[in-house]
Amino acid sequence: MTTTPKPHWRPHPTRRLILQGAASVALLGLGNLPFAPARAAANDKYPEEAFRQKSEADAIKALYGKAAEPSDKVKLDAPEIAENGGVVPISVTTSLDKVTSISFFVAENPNALAASYRIPEGTIPAVANRLKMARTTKLTAIVEADGKLYSATKEVKVTVGGCGG
Amino acid sequence: MASSIRVRATSTGDITEVQALIQHPMDTGLVKDSKGELIPAHFIQQLKFECNGKDVFVADWGTAVSKDPYVKFSFKGARKGDELKISWTDNKGGSDTTTAKIA
Repeated sequence: MTTTPKPHWRPHPTRRLILQGAASVALLGLGNLPFAPARAAANDKYPEEAFRQKSEADAIKALYGKAAEPSDKVKLDAPEIAENGGVVPISVTTSLDKVTSISFFVAENPNALAASYRIPEGTIPAVANRLKMARTTKLTAIVEADGKLYSATKEVKVTVGGCGG
Repeated sequence: MASSIRVRATSTGDITEVQALIQHPMDTGLVKDSKGELIPAHFIQQLKFECNGKDVFVADWGTAVSKDPYVKFSFKGARKGDELKISWTDNKGGSDTTTAKIA
């Protein structure tokens, strides 16, 4: 039996010190930055954190940082029964003014946030798309208007789940 | 290769209606292939529509958007003949861009 020799190379002490120094400077620099959570409506960044959340409540919190109130001014259109959960046509329209974003949450999916749309000034606050649904689920549309959140929900029965497609 | 994006933008009065269909697998990362191996997640994260130098619609998507995604919206302020620029980027760094004339 032979033993493999240990590598001779070791980081030079000065080199290591320099690296450590650089790292702590970098950390200090980060610590000084003002804490600014990424909000979909506020900037151009992809809201990675919100898409990673599992539950609807956590996803809404990560995306908007506040809760929505139900409103009959948000019209959510979705089929009562979706035969194919892989392709469910969903649309939302609203009569609200100053809309800045519209988002869709599928409560029973592995990650609740499905899609979030930014609506700049001049764009009609209405969007149609097609979403996947793992099983029968509550579907929520949230409209952000004038800094407030308004929601509409609907129950969609799914006969064949959309995980395969 | 032909563009992955198909767009129809039609204007009536001041309003332009846009419909877009994109070819993309939109893999969730949860589905196994025929050999029982997980197909890694591969999905469009951002889709952007620009007209006359201004964003008119930005979509942030997760894996729950259906395969070969479809989206429809409308906006004001463009005229027939104006160009609409559409671009997407996915989680693997892939992207595509196309332009369409508003009819």
